[in-house]
Amino acid sequence: MSTTNYLTCSKGWKSWFLTLDHKRIGVMYLTAVLSSFALGGLFALAVRLELFQPGQQFMDPTTYNRMFTLHGAVMVFLFIIPSIPAAFGNFVLPIMLGAQDVAFPRLNLASFYLWMAGAVFFLVSLLGGGIETGWTFYTPYSTTTADSSVVSALMGVFVLGFSSIFTGMNFIVTIHQMRPKGMTWFKMPLFLWAIYGTALIQVLATPVLGITGLLLIVERVAHIGVFDPALGGDPVLFQHFFWFYSHPAVYIMILPAMGIVSELIAAGSRKEIFGYRFIAFSSIAIAILGFLVWGHHMFTSGQSVAASVVFSALTFTVAIPSAIKVFNWLSTMYKGAIVLNTPMCYGLSFISLFGIGGLTGLFLGTLSVDIHLHDTYFIVAHFHYVMMGSTAVAFMGGLHYWWPKMFGKMYNEALARVCCLFVFIGFNLTFLPQFVLGTRGMPRRYFDYPERFQFLHQLSTIGAVMLFITFFVMFSYLLHSLVRGKPAPMNPWGANTNEWKCSSPPPFNNFDVPPPMENPYDHTNLVFDEKLGGYRAKQVINS
Amino acid sequence: MSNNHHNENDHGGHPSFLAHHFSSPQQQYDAGKLGIWLFLVTEVLFFSGLFCAYAVYRFNHPEIFRYAHFFLDTTMGAINTVVLILSSLTIAWAVRAVQLNQRRLAVGMLVVTLLCAAAFMVIKYIEYTHKFHMGLTWGESFAPSAEALREVLGEAHGEVLEKPANLHLFFSIYFCMTGLHGIHVLAGIGVIIWMIVRTARGDFSSEYFGPVEYTALYWHIVDLVWIFLFPLLYLID
Ligand SMILES: [Cu+2]
Repeated sequence: MSTTNYLTCSKGWKSWFLTLDHKRIGVMYLTAVLSSFALGGLFALAVRLELFQPGQQFMDPTTYNRMFTLHGAVMVFLFIIPSIPAAFGNFVLPIMLGAQDVAFPRLNLASFYLWMAGAVFFLVSLLGGGIETGWTFYTPYSTTTADSSVVSALMGVFVLGFSSIFTGMNFIVTIHQMRPKGMTWFKMPLFLWAIYGTALIQVLATPVLGITGLLLIVERVAHIGVFDPALGGDPVLFQHFFWFYSHPAVYIMILPAMGIVSELIAAGSRKEIFGYRFIAFSSIAIAILGFLVWGHHMFTSGQSVAASVVFSALTFTVAIPSAIKVFNWLSTMYKGAIVLNTPMCYGLSFISLFGIGGLTGLFLGTLSVDIHLHDTYFIVAHFHYVMMGSTAVAFMGGLHYWWPKMFGKMYNEALARVCCLFVFIGFNLTFLPQFVLGTRGMPRRYFDYPERFQFLHQLSTIGAVMLFITFFVMFSYLLHSLVRGKPAPMNPWGANTNEWKCSSPPPFNNFDVPPPMENPYDHTNLVFDEKLGGYRAKQVINS
Repeated sequence: MSNNHHNENDHGGHPSFLAHHFSSPQQQYDAGKLGIWLFLVTEVLFFSGLFCAYAVYRFNHPEIFRYAHFFLDTTMGAINTVVLILSSLTIAWAVRAVQLNQRRLAVGMLVVTLLCAAAFMVIKYIEYTHKFHMGLTWGESFAPSAEALREVLGEAHGEVLEKPANLHLFFSIYFCMTGLHGIHVLAGIGVIIWMIVRTARGDFSSEYFGPVEYTALYWHIVDLVWIFLFPLLYLID
């Protein structure tokens, strides 16, 4: 074990803010996206509290519109999209490969600063009065009727898009070119397959968001008329452009989460992952199919029936690779020696919440049903099951899984498991009632509602408060562990991927000699060692 | 930056141009090449939004495009096309020269490329000012002068054209597409200047020429976009 690690090898603010080390950049991203998560969470809490009773509680309708818009925009663009790839991907990708860094360390740092610039634009738009268009920036709200700082928010989206593109480019090149000898494609951990699929989408879809944002800015500032029917333009064209990115973006959010879950389930089941190649290729299949289904957002926008039928059929095909993953995870657990540590609890939580989120997507992909459910709370519940119940839960799972590696400290395991349970309960309490609200006709984004919906809205708000308290406790024990936590062993979960073969935290160089490239899911050679508090290789005598 | 050289001693045999995390010049070159190709893919997709908008409006309103293209100066557009094709040749020549260690020739070719890029922008500037002068601008601000309308009828060679509604949409698209392309030319000018400086001071050789080649690839894509823009905007019939 080396005496210094990447956290202690150099000091001073410059050594962080000008660092080219992928691990430090990962940690900076982690801090940044967690702050955004907290900010977006506060907006969500404000929305839920306002909806506790019918009528106005403590904010007027315009403020309410701004709150849900900021909640959506901050959560999507500042938190979920960068979260797993930029924070955990940056940290573990080179180490999992056995490489020293990503292919373009300077570009990596530049993407982080682009993220910061995007966040500044969002803050400017927040201080400039907020935005009330909804996170989708639909015309004519964004071009004509919204009376607020839409332009700076769009600038933020544009810049954040490029941050995401550069991260994706970096990861694709790293996976193609930086694999050391012996690290073949099929020895890569499944998290990397997921990150690779994600990077493909980031590179191939995000530029379209960039140009859409620019056109919208030009439309709003110079009134060019491309999206404005008063000038002969077509507002539905905007929806096509927007969803051409924003549907694949859903897979930018969920694919890396699935990658994490593959790692959590394999390590927690103490068994080799079942159907490695199926899981790997299903990531790529999801990435490709994700480009062909954007029209399912426009079933009620005057799109032709023929187009809707095709988009509907293609939408169902996405269920195939998603189900392949779920069945393989379940088969991995079958006859495994399941250890219910915190990461595994999050993995299990993900599978059940993603199950609900995915299956309710089928209702929405069905044309006749979607006519009724479109723009109701049903869809709000559906995408929260996918984005929060799945992605954010997997993110928390990854956070607990890699935390000991990143900071070399263990958190309070018992408290962490209790929090995981409360995230699960609080989440379901918040969003299950919303499915019912939606099927009973409660439209999304409304400020007010009739008396008969009150009970379900109140359940939802209580769930949101519960989530808020749980996350507060979670951040407290995580921060506490940095100061008072037990030192983490090299391999606390008994996983065989490469990041567990270097010290916790890793040395600056990751590896002085590249580790042996083995089957990443072969756990047979690892035994738990009470003295270490973690796993070690069987034949090595503890020194 | 300090981290970059942190472990310099571990790699005693590395040439100075090789970054510490690569194991060989070949790996560094391949990584850069794949990186620039991916970047070019994103550039194509970035423009594709505008090409898509063009296709939608041209399909739905062919009469706007037919009428409006008479306002554009085909000669200016053609000269610019030739200028850009020439610059693509010279920058490719510069790459070849660097690979053969012909530093002076490489600098010369890069300077010619730079002059072509500048000429393109000057001609574009003349075209733009003429359009502004005639009131041929985008969207709401579109207000063609009588002179401009007369010019179109002259161009149409006696063919009587009825002025279609929403003519401004053509100019919205024209200014978006050529404007975005122009920004890419300006960015290219910046990068080419940087490459001239680096080539002149001897950073590159037959061992290490990646950055010049990546710049050339970028410049080719800028050229290629224009080769599509020229017929789509100027040569409608
Ligand atoms: Cu979608």
